[in-house]
Amino acid sequence: MTKLVALLRRGALPILAVVTALLFGAIVIVITDFENLSRLGSDPLGAIGGAIGGVGSGYGAMLSGAFGDPGRILTALQSGSQKDIATAIRPLTETLVASSPLIFAGLGVAISFRAGMFNIGGDGQLIIGALGATTTAIALAGNAPAPVILVAAIIAGTVSGGLWGFVPGFLKARTGAHEVITTIMLNYVAAQVVLFGLRSDFLRAPGSGQPISKVLTTFVDVPSILSLPAIRLDYGFVVALVMAVIVSWLLFRTTKGYELRAAGFNMTAARYAGMSAGGSMMLAMFLSGALAGMGGSFMVIGTVGQLSNDLSGGIGFNAIALALLAGLRPSGVVLAALLFGALTTGGKLMGIQSGIPFDLLFFVQALVIMFVAAPGLVRTIWRIKTPPVEAEVAT
Amino acid sequence: MRLELRDITKRFPGVLANDGISISADRGEVLGMLGENGAGKTTLMNILSGLYRPDSGEILIDGQSKVFHDPADAIGAGVGMVHQHFMLVPVFDVVEAVALGAETVSGVLGRFDRAVARARIVALSEQYGLDVDPDARIENLPVGVRQRVEILKALYRHSDILVLDEPSAVLTPLETEELYGIIRSLKATGTTVIFITHKLNEVLEVADKIVVLRRGRVAGTAIPAHTTRQELANMMVGRDVELVVPKGPASPGEVVLSIRDLRVRDDRLEIAVDGVDLDVRAGEIVAIAGVQGNGQTELVEAIVGLRAIDAGEMSIGGERIEHATPRHIADLGVAHIPEDRGRDGLINQMTVAENYILDTYHREPYSRRGLFDLRAVAARAKQGVVDFDIRTPSIETTAASLSGGNQQKVVVAREFSRPVRLVVAAQPTRGLDVGSIEYIHRRLVEQRDAGAAILIVCTELDEVLAVGDRVAVMYEGRIVGVLAGAEATYEAIGLLMGGAHFGGAAA
Repeated sequence: MTKLVALLRRGALPILAVVTALLFGAIVIVITDFENLSRLGSDPLGAIGGAIGGVGSGYGAMLSGAFGDPGRILTALQSGSQKDIATAIRPLTETLVASSPLIFAGLGVAISFRAGMFNIGGDGQLIIGALGATTTAIALAGNAPAPVILVAAIIAGTVSGGLWGFVPGFLKARTGAHEVITTIMLNYVAAQVVLFGLRSDFLRAPGSGQPISKVLTTFVDVPSILSLPAIRLDYGFVVALVMAVIVSWLLFRTTKGYELRAAGFNMTAARYAGMSAGGSMMLAMFLSGALAGMGGSFMVIGTVGQLSNDLSGGIGFNAIALALLAGLRPSGVVLAALLFGALTTGGKLMGIQSGIPFDLLFFVQALVIMFVAAPGLVRTIWRIKTPPVEAEVAT
Repeated sequence: MRLELRDITKRFPGVLANDGISISADRGEVLGMLGENGAGKTTLMNILSGLYRPDSGEILIDGQSKVFHDPADAIGAGVGMVHQHFMLVPVFDVVEAVALGAETVSGVLGRFDRAVARARIVALSEQYGLDVDPDARIENLPVGVRQRVEILKALYRHSDILVLDEPSAVLTPLETEELYGIIRSLKATGTTVIFITHKLNEVLEVADKIVVLRRGRVAGTAIPAHTTRQELANMMVGRDVELVVPKGPASPGEVVLSIRDLRVRDDRLEIAVDGVDLDVRAGEIVAIAGVQGNGQTELVEAIVGLRAIDAGEMSIGGERIEHATPRHIADLGVAHIPEDRGRDGLINQMTVAENYILDTYHREPYSRRGLFDLRAVAARAKQGVVDFDIRTPSIETTAASLSGGNQQKVVVAREFSRPVRLVVAAQPTRGLDVGSIEYIHRRLVEQRDAGAAILIVCTELDEVLAVGDRVAVMYEGRIVGVLAGAEATYEAIGLLMGGAHFGGAAA
């Protein structure tokens, strides 16, 4: 019971942050609906109704875009038509597909932040991981059976992402170079490295003038969970969930995880206790990069199917936001990644159906982050009293 | 002016910080306010200085009820605060620092009229016997003089009621004596002084009357002539305490810690420990006395492996440790109670159990092949909580929510949870209340009697004399004298701490 209360208390602020952000999004929808606003003078009731209707249809479209239409799913299931079922559940599976790399990268951020390392380089690590996986897959194509290529590509991608993350960790431990600077800068380096790789005939799609690689999924593909047409959801998502469990176990059940957390909370005390601060930094950054790289690998040999220089599209940055929203808890990362995935896929349908620009989603996401970062703001808006200071235990 | 606080109550979420406190001080009276940490002293003074508004009760100055909305109101009413941590701009000179915020200005541009301010400051310092060079830069002044500048600042603002918050915390014994002189001259000119402290000697020395606070209430009042340290201590803690833990004579055995010609640099790379020789034997407590900042911190850090040394030799039980890692040194049986438990000794966000294993987590029974045995951790931590009487709701409580005394008990419990050969304790009772000090001292003596060598760094003479079997005085990075037995007197140590040579002091 107390655990449940504690859980609710922990979850209350992030949930309120999301709700508040959506409310602000609604306000923006209303005040940017100029056509409706212009009626305010002549037909105030109609304008208000129109405003509510606008928000309703916008968010409604987002919901069904993210999770599908329950009625339609039921009908499709009853009909038994594979094509109908696929169309009906596609929004939901696409949400999971979008969440999957966010979970990987978010877990990576959670590890590094827990260890006190502000890894802003998730994007670079993800794309370098994808490059490692792509190169390995193409090199092995035709020389090894598909399952071997699959495993080798994922391992190569994970390790390359990890090494890309290890570099800033090493620099910090050895020279004190601040990881925020080095990871951000390595994002640019990573983008150029990938671009360079995609110029080679070895990787580039034949005949393409664009920086995109050959399609990998013709010879190596992460197995799908559902064998339905046009459903991209594959076991990469399951691996992401498994990684969440592993990361949680690593952080809270192993001595290495304990060292990482101790160093993250209080480097001085960790040093006083005989822990190696530099070792924690390097390990945390390696693991963080490895998770992002694994995410990238699953994209290129799974849901996306090929490498392009814009593969990431800011996943590494969104991962920071959702990891913070999650309070750096692995279970929270999964939930927050699902939310962000839903916002992204739902936002697309909202853009198509209701004419509300997709960019509103960035606005909402930014507000979510802001509210999470400023819990006092949310408390003020919702008039929540600050939790009572834990009374000092009398001596 | 006469100050009276009547029935002041202040409640914070979950805590009743002040519960119907009434105190009064007449014109020219020194009121000593005694209390442990968390007794409500600071809250009461923040109310008096306008930082907090009381939930109920009133402040009367010369019989008139006053309401302070902010510190400016309090200053306007003649109440001046001298905080424990000075609030002076280091690059200002004394005149600028004192006048800041209350400048005399002239001309249309409002130019600071330095001459007028300087004249007033000189007059004030003569009137109250505050010896300060008005043109010296703050950063070049010793701590004791900076405190005088703070007092001048309050007087400059026409304060008739002066609140001194733990004023002696940063002073040498000699500077403390000088402070008493200043307080007496303030008193003589009719200033009302409220002197907040947790040190029993000080209130007995300087106060006209004493108020003891405990858990937000007035636990009692006393007149110095008619009370004793013991009585005050009991009042503060609410039970009978032992001010000096009883201990038998030391029976020193073999040398455990041996230091020869040690040189260590501080963070600014300047020599902080300058050729120290020291032996600590099994079964004895060596207390290092000295004003803070004379190399004690660097010495301790060098011994426990946290600071690289410049030159010299160190060994523990015959094993050389000049280049050993902190973990290796801990494995030799060294328990380290660091100077700043919040920063160095505990991870505040972690639980009591997690802190209990902070330097043994990698060993059995807590972990095997990198995996925690959470049951073993919980069982041992619970045992530690019982053995060391740590008052905590559970072992899952975060360290941050414990009181200072209980936090320190967690550190001590942890350090003593493994075999101990040498204890290095840096100011182990800093900021603790009388009850916790008693407890920590008792544990140290227990370790000594069990055959451990103990090195304790103290800045307070009372503590040095209470626990030390031998006293080594450190001044400017050197051990300037080692005293034992009858030689180790308050005066002798105090003089050495101030830099006097022992021979000169005896003469």
